Amino acid sequence: MEIKSMYFKANAKTKLADVALQGNLENARGRFVTTRAEAIKELDDFEGTRDAAEAIRNRVIDNLDLWLERFEHKALDTGAKVLWAKDGAEVCRLVIEIAKRHDVKKVTKSKSMLSEEAGLNQALEAAGIQPVETDLGEYILQVDNNEPPSHIIAPAVHKGLNDVADLFHKVHGTPRKTDIPALTREAREVLRQHFLSAEMGLSGGNFLVAETGSVALVTNEGNGRMVTTMPRVHVVITGIEKVIPTLEDLSTLMRVLPRSATGQSISNYFSILTGVKKPEEHDGPEHLYFVLVDSGRADVVGSDFHAMLRCIRCGACMNHCPVYQTIGGHAYGWVYPGPMGSVLTPLYAGMENSIDLPHAATLCNQCGIVCPVKIPLPDLLRKLREKQTERGLRPLTERIGLRLWAWVAQQPRLYALGARIGARYLKWLAGGTDRIRLLPTAPEWSLGRDFPAPEGKTFRELYAARKHQAKETP
Amino acid sequence: MARVRVGLFVTCLVDLMRPRIGFAALKLLEGAGCEVIVPDTQTCCGQPAWNSGDAPGAVALAKKTIAEFEAFEYVVAPSGSCSDHIRTEYPVLLAEESEWLDRATALASRTYELTDFLVTVMKVDSVPGKHQGTVTYHDSCTGLRSMGIKQQPRALLAKLKGLELTEMNGCEECCGFGGTFSVKFGEISAAIAERKCENILASGAQAVVGGDLGCLLNIEGKLRRMGNESTQVLHVAELLAGED
Repeated sequence: MEIKSMYFKANAKTKLADVALQGNLENARGRFVTTRAEAIKELDDFEGTRDAAEAIRNRVIDNLDLWLERFEHKALDTGAKVLWAKDGAEVCRLVIEIAKRHDVKKVTKSKSMLSEEAGLNQALEAAGIQPVETDLGEYILQVDNNEPPSHIIAPAVHKGLNDVADLFHKVHGTPRKTDIPALTREAREVLRQHFLSAEMGLSGGNFLVAETGSVALVTNEGNGRMVTTMPRVHVVITGIEKVIPTLEDLSTLMRVLPRSATGQSISNYFSILTGVKKPEEHDGPEHLYFVLVDSGRADVVGSDFHAMLRCIRCGACMNHCPVYQTIGGHAYGWVYPGPMGSVLTPLYAGMENSIDLPHAATLCNQCGIVCPVKIPLPDLLRKLREKQTERGLRPLTERIGLRLWAWVAQQPRLYALGARIGARYLKWLAGGTDRIRLLPTAPEWSLGRDFPAPEGKTFRELYAARKHQAKETP
Repeated sequence: MARVRVGLFVTCLVDLMRPRIGFAALKLLEGAGCEVIVPDTQTCCGQPAWNSGDAPGAVALAKKTIAEFEAFEYVVAPSGSCSDHIRTEYPVLLAEESEWLDRATALASRTYELTDFLVTVMKVDSVPGKHQGTVTYHDSCTGLRSMGIKQQPRALLAKLKGLELTEMNGCEECCGFGGTFSVKFGEISAAIAERKCENILASGAQAVVGGDLGCLLNIEGKLRRMGNESTQVLHVAELLAGED
């Protein structure tokens, strides 16, 4: 996917001014936060389960090569084929090769963020193969000129009912309707034809189970089952970090994933798919391929950002992020938005392309608190800021300003003088009132709020005067 | 019995903007029976450097602060954010230098946010404040989520007879300040602050109280820009010390 993260600030400004979007974000905010809070109460020891989930993910990523080999062996035993892709271009090449080998004209897809990373839909279309998104949110976006998703589990969360009503009226040529069950029925009728005619199904994978060579899929609409069981060919595309050791581990992770993501005790559908259709079985694919993708992940192993590989893509960090809640996902400019995206985008799509993202966070740590695998997201964002500085990617004025400030702060007398002057300057700016309307030294502050006036003298001045006075009048 | 010797870390923002918060902290600590020393060479804990990616600057300021404060039994700051930087981050940023790491760790274990110190260590029975009216409390992010500052300020506010605490919706949500975030992404920051201020106004409280000046400047600036002139914005130390 083309990266637009370099335009973060301009895009965020547009999103702030988008009244309809702001309404949609407000609806989503309340829903996600409240339902998760309710769902985690069901577990006697949610924190203990988080610890266990973190340990499982650490066990994998600390020996990723070993677990991937084990998964590969088991998957091969079940009749699947395992392919390795080093980047998005290779994902596209491999999938198109598979499609051509099996004479595929149409591919039904359930949600895959890696497919977004790779820009797979465009590549398939260019190769004369029709991709059909079947997750309702993804379908809405696909028929709306291939709009990118704005959330990793609720891709069309930025749209409202009226947007979808207008869209379906236009693309389906049906009378406009705003009844939600009627709208979903309409999408279902369109999609049904595709499910019946596609030769290949393509899905992501929430987890790969090394013990059994299976892929586990967490879905809510049932489309995942249609995609993975009806066509002759099933292709799973997923990142190499998604492997987990055992089915028992899967059950632990499933206690935290749906609860953290949608606030459900369990998703409506939960599938564990193992191998190709056996002679005595009635359904399932004749051919099963796993395309396991690197795309920057192997470089993260053992780096300062190693913990990020624990991520199980629940979306809780963005649902609880004050910045995401305020601007939505599109402003982040690539596949993954919110706190996890602000870490992943620099790592996978280039630090130099996403200078703003690690700074676009208040470091409030709401994300770190809700993360089901305890990724210290604020620490990782801060580490990225440090890497930017080391690599000279920050503006020169900012770097000089920071160094100068840090140097002055090490010279107490000079610092005290600076603070005295600063306090008086700010007091003067306030012009006898209790506030400064426009702060010349930091104009960004004043865009949406005033700056309260200082008292006018520094604490250290007043404290010194008080001590002096105490000496004079014993 | 010898009095507890406390080094007061005033914080750079209080020094520049609101000296009365520093004096309120001083009064509360002395009232609790502490001998309070205010090292006059103190400047900033270095958090802005650390959060802006300037690790060398952050390390230099950490060492300076450690050297200034390690002689005291306790270090207390009227800020969850600054005290957490000393307590949680100093050992992280000095992890590579074993001698400094030991000193950082030793200081970290003795560093407290003001209300936490008054409740947890000094176990104060009473405070001099006499505030009348309804207040709502904004839980600042770092104090809350890293140091567990939640009940301590409320326990102290409960000792003020005329004060009624009315909790707002989303009291634990970020106000949008975020240090340099507020000047790098001013519009996003102000939009987050607006949600916070709407919750404050909806609570109907006459004053909003918090423990971190950065958040309070952000909230006050946004309230006034929204046209609200009546809601007082106060640091918890001012209220407790009766300096409001």
